Amino acid sequence: MNEPILQAMRQSIIDGAPETALALAQTALTNGLDLLDAIHHGFVPGMHQVGEQFAQHTMFLPDMMASAEAMRAAMQVLEPALKKQGAERPVAGTVVLGTTQGDIHEIGKTLVGTLLTAHGFKVYDLGVDVPSDKFATTALEVGADIVGVSALLTTTMRGQRNVIAAIERQGLRPRVKIVVGGAPVTRRWAEEIGADGYGKDAAAAVTLMKSLMRTRELLPADARAD
Amino acid sequence: MKPKLELLDRTLLDRILREAFTLIMEPGVKVGDPEAARVLLSAGARVEDGVAHIPESLARRALESAPREFFLYDRAGHKAVHYGGDDVHFDPGSSCLNMLDADTLCPRLAQTADLVALIQVTEMLPHYAAQSTALVCSDVPSEIGDFYRLFLVLWHSSKPIVTGAFSGPTLQAMIDLLIADSGNSAALKEKPRAVFDVCPSPPLNWTDFAAYNLVTLARAGVPAELISMPLAGATGPVTLAGSVVQHAAESISGLTIHQLAEPGAPIVWGGAPAIFDMSSGSAPMGAIETVMLDLACAQVGKYFGLPTHAYLVASDSKLVDAQAAMESSMSAVLGALAGINMISGAGMLDSLACHSLEKLVIDAEAIASAQRLARGIEARTETLALGMFSQTGLHGDFLKLKETRALFRCEQHFPSTIIDRSSRGENDDEALHDTFSRARQRVRELRSSYSPAALSAETRSRLLGIAVRETSLVGLAGLPGIEQAAPFPGI
Repeated sequence: MNEPILQAMRQSIIDGAPETALALAQTALTNGLDLLDAIHHGFVPGMHQVGEQFAQHTMFLPDMMASAEAMRAAMQVLEPALKKQGAERPVAGTVVLGTTQGDIHEIGKTLVGTLLTAHGFKVYDLGVDVPSDKFATTALEVGADIVGVSALLTTTMRGQRNVIAAIERQGLRPRVKIVVGGAPVTRRWAEEIGADGYGKDAAAAVTLMKSLMRTRELLPADARAD
Repeated sequence: MKPKLELLDRTLLDRILREAFTLIMEPGVKVGDPEAARVLLSAGARVEDGVAHIPESLARRALESAPREFFLYDRAGHKAVHYGGDDVHFDPGSSCLNMLDADTLCPRLAQTADLVALIQVTEMLPHYAAQSTALVCSDVPSEIGDFYRLFLVLWHSSKPIVTGAFSGPTLQAMIDLLIADSGNSAALKEKPRAVFDVCPSPPLNWTDFAAYNLVTLARAGVPAELISMPLAGATGPVTLAGSVVQHAAESISGLTIHQLAEPGAPIVWGGAPAIFDMSSGSAPMGAIETVMLDLACAQVGKYFGLPTHAYLVASDSKLVDAQAAMESSMSAVLGALAGINMISGAGMLDSLACHSLEKLVIDAEAIASAQRLARGIEARTETLALGMFSQTGLHGDFLKLKETRALFRCEQHFPSTIIDRSSRGENDDEALHDTFSRARQRVRELRSSYSPAALSAETRSRLLGIAVRETSLVGLAGLPGIEQAAPFPGI
């Protein structure tokens, strides 16, 4: 695919311009361009660049959300078309997300979900006030790679330990990785409860989950088997 | 609306002015410079034994002729500082003798290398609209100390400058420097780059040099900034209102000399008043009463419609600590709310005796917050919230709204790394860096990203010519601070 259109795709994500991203995706479709090429060398690098700028404090959460929205707009066109072609965008990982039981705070967890989707993850968002067993049963049903557990309160943070216990009871550990986050959560807490990682913010959570997926790919086949 | 803070009601303001106009007539004002005395005498003032008795009518005519606003320009000729209205700008404190050593936390005599570093940091911080001739460099002979620091600022910076002269001969050399920088004297008059602080001696004394300074600056078309500084309880009345009267009398009399010398010449109603600390005998710049004096004095200037200045954002602490942050940020906020056009003092510690690069970068954050506050709360959308709620309903997903992305940058100030808003979570096993440590890092970053000022070859040559002329008069070998014109690769 020619570089100018790939560059335009990248830029549409950086600009957070859903209409432009959608139009470029349709152009790719109409002109019979390689759709996976459009995703991997056009839109996705734009998302990476947004992540870098966020880390450098030159882009902020609303910019990131707009970029994720642009990504969603492009993928709405490209994914059905890929399916028709008998192809599929490789899934970066399957993630079950939710906020612990007794906690109704949504925004951090939703933000992580939005960004994960934009980065090619398949996300099952269970919402807020989620019982521990629900995380475990959903993880089993959907064949999750990672479970993300959010908590905003010190009181509900302890529910993250319960989610880990429930997933262990289902026999999903260590195959299913567990990531925790939320304002009161610290790296030390994550280690104490036996989580596989902690993300200080939504962008860090995405980076962490990508890294966990890479680690997971290195596991022996029997440990990865569903 | 923009928030506005005033400390004087109209009744008190009228009393202050009545007494100030009375003071300049009786007992009158000492005027040391013969030319200043001559212009006063020829305009109708009575001058006897070095004391001028200035009638209110004469002073009011002078107040009328002073311009209500003017601009300072950067080297590229762009308007960079608006002296007028309620626009607020900040510059570092000036004429400091010592520099806080960030390693030993002890003050040491400032040198040209310190001034170059301070200029670089100030140049990189947009919070400072102007440079100041911040340090008196101990490695430069005192006879040209004022001249040489202006030379260094012109060499290393493109911003406007708040400066001042220590003597008559160097004042002329400093004006020569500015003319060289602008190209010619007409260009300097048209687009002034610097303002000169001129200080009467309290109480009510325009000394030989100070009065000469006023007359010379007015005739050169170089803006003057009146810096009256009564010490309430020592060199001025103990009451704040009484010292505001003295400040007004000194400022009105100085302005009268200035305007009689050249009607319409640009002038600023400035000051550095303070209370006198009855325990230590010091002039506490961080005291709330000092801030109140500054604000009240500026309010009097604003009543006349004049451009204003004050000395704030300085601290009495010896270290860059909680006291320094508290005193400096408080006065930055109050000064901004008072709409003072130029607020000098950032970076200074120890009652103006010590400067600190680290404090300068921390103060910049306080200044940014103060400027944000001064902009006030605006209605930026057709409906304040209804339109946004109509999109989100009770789901509350405001982060995704177009309005959020379009407006968050103008609604929120984004602090630098000086301010730590991160969660503890990521680093709970590591020792956290305190504000001073983060400030040291920021100073390093700012200096390493500094680019030398864009001086044309002609301007360089003209500036160097004057610098060599003046330094050779006092036997100074070389031009310290100039070899450091390039960025500091080792920093």
